[in-house]
Amino acid sequence: MATGMPVARGVEGLASPRAVGPRRDALRRLRRNRLALVGAVIVVVLLVIAAIGPAVAPWHYRVQDLDALRANGNRPLPPFSPNHLMGTDLLGRDLFSRLLDGAQISMSVAVVVQLVVLLIGVPIGAAAGWFGGRLDNLLMRFTDVIYAFPDLLFIILLGVAFQETILGRAMNGLLLIFVAIGLTAWVTMARLVRAQVLSLKESEFVEAARAIGVRDFKIVSRHILPNSIGPVIVAVTLGIPSAILAEATLSFIGIGIQAPRASWGSLIAYGTKWVQSEPHLVVFPALALAIALTSFTFLGDGLRDALDPKLRGRQ
Amino acid sequence: MRGYLVRRVLWIVPVLVAVSLITFLLMHAVPGGPWDREKPLPASVVRRLNAEYGLDDPIHVQYLRWAGALIQGDLGPSYRYRDRSVNDIVGDGIGTTVQLGVMAFLLAVLLGIPLGMIAALRQNKLPDYAATLVSIVGIATPSFVLALLLVVVFSVTLRWLPTHGWEGPASWVLPTVALAGYPMAQIARYTRASMLEVTRTDYVRTAYSKGLRERAVVLVHMTRNSLIPVVTVLGPLLAYLVTGSFIVELIFSVPGIGRFYVNGINERDYGLIMAMTMLYAVVIAVLNVVVDVLYAYIDPRIRYS
Repeated sequence: MATGMPVARGVEGLASPRAVGPRRDALRRLRRNRLALVGAVIVVVLLVIAAIGPAVAPWHYRVQDLDALRANGNRPLPPFSPNHLMGTDLLGRDLFSRLLDGAQISMSVAVVVQLVVLLIGVPIGAAAGWFGGRLDNLLMRFTDVIYAFPDLLFIILLGVAFQETILGRAMNGLLLIFVAIGLTAWVTMARLVRAQVLSLKESEFVEAARAIGVRDFKIVSRHILPNSIGPVIVAVTLGIPSAILAEATLSFIGIGIQAPRASWGSLIAYGTKWVQSEPHLVVFPALALAIALTSFTFLGDGLRDALDPKLRGRQ
Repeated sequence: MRGYLVRRVLWIVPVLVAVSLITFLLMHAVPGGPWDREKPLPASVVRRLNAEYGLDDPIHVQYLRWAGALIQGDLGPSYRYRDRSVNDIVGDGIGTTVQLGVMAFLLAVLLGIPLGMIAALRQNKLPDYAATLVSIVGIATPSFVLALLLVVVFSVTLRWLPTHGWEGPASWVLPTVALAGYPMAQIARYTRASMLEVTRTDYVRTAYSKGLRERAVVLVHMTRNSLIPVVTVLGPLLAYLVTGSFIVELIFSVPGIGRFYVNGINERDYGLIMAMTMLYAVVIAVLNVVVDVLYAYIDPRIRYS
């Protein structure tokens, strides 16, 4: 595998014999993975769009440009019209601006769901792995139950059950969807952290910490968890596209985000009705969704390769 | 092995009980009831219907009655389709859903594995890039988008295939492809990755140095070992095919059972919701066991005890 290695790197390595830390080593591998890098750049762009997109959008997502609509014979404007880069929908709303607003929804799904997953999955997984015994058994049995649940259907049921509560009304129904998706997704994280803790529990540095009387909580939080951060990061990154997809699917079938706000999924659902006469209404949101899903998948794959201990230290 | 299998199969029972309990409680926590209509029914009618269907009993009584009937193979009444039992509804549609799922699964495996193998054997060459592109598109395109795309191209533009329905092989093509896209892409990805790993092993090098032809090395030495990690993802992918088919069924108006889940929830049809959840849960639980057993069968290094 050393064939493609530039000579300069070898010389540089000789000049500074100091060992490369695992983190920098991983970063270096990630930088060499072009697909992952492109994914990372797009992810950053998407996050920026989500943060400031609605503020810089040429139109508000619910404003109807009725004059332009009338001028066009009451037909939605095609893409690349003046003032409407991606055209408008049948109500004269600017598709580009609605996509920007949808980006905010998709990215907040990405962030909030993974936060829920981390907040629930990591402590439970760590406790199960560390204490073992009955707690561990309980977790594993519970995971079996969650795994047997058809997850999308469980999310739908949760969504409908709490639709009318405070939780269901918060953020146009979004918060509920986040929580519901997170509730089905955390078990994978818990299992992962449990496995990590189990394998690190017997390591020498843990034994050393125990020998000098460090308390359980501190051993797990200071010694074990930082050492299992790699797989956790990978799982979070790869969990994001499935969360985005779940939200889009829910919005597509009409559960989830409530009109007039629209996520990419509900934009696609809307476009479906007019797919024969106005294909741009489907094409743009579908492209946006595809780009987001691909970028996160590439980044996650790249991170996994970069952080995989089997490859560490090799070129 | 047999002891392990028995334990795994027996364990399905408590899992199903838990799934049914959670669903039952959640379902009854959903506001509204099966008798809600655009025009509300008179209170007296609702009361009579509730009494007739036992919906005014305490919830644990209702659950036990439902579970008791289930053990005898009776899924109970449908609250929406009042002239039909849930057994009838499920019986009518399940064949179609299974057929759709099996066809999509076969398509995904038969295309995905060769695609991944070709990509790995021609790593960083044109076939690899082509195969990778296909699998990227497959992963990044949700089934509902793929379905739409297929309809636009093959039904609306080319007019080769019907836009919806389920009458004869021509109408099976688009739903099957739409459902198979994502699993096929995943299978191709995993096959490629594990083939690449196997390529670097000593026994493959030995096989080549013995002077074996590439075809022999690939088919005899590499395929079986490289498929082990692929088998582990077949379980989740099968589960995806089972539970994900409802979207495809909705889009193509396939008369399967998938559409009844969303309808069941929206219409508070308790009997249908429970039946669908249990059906899916049984399929997923059984699939997981099957995949584990298959795993041990392909990889003799794995022993369950």
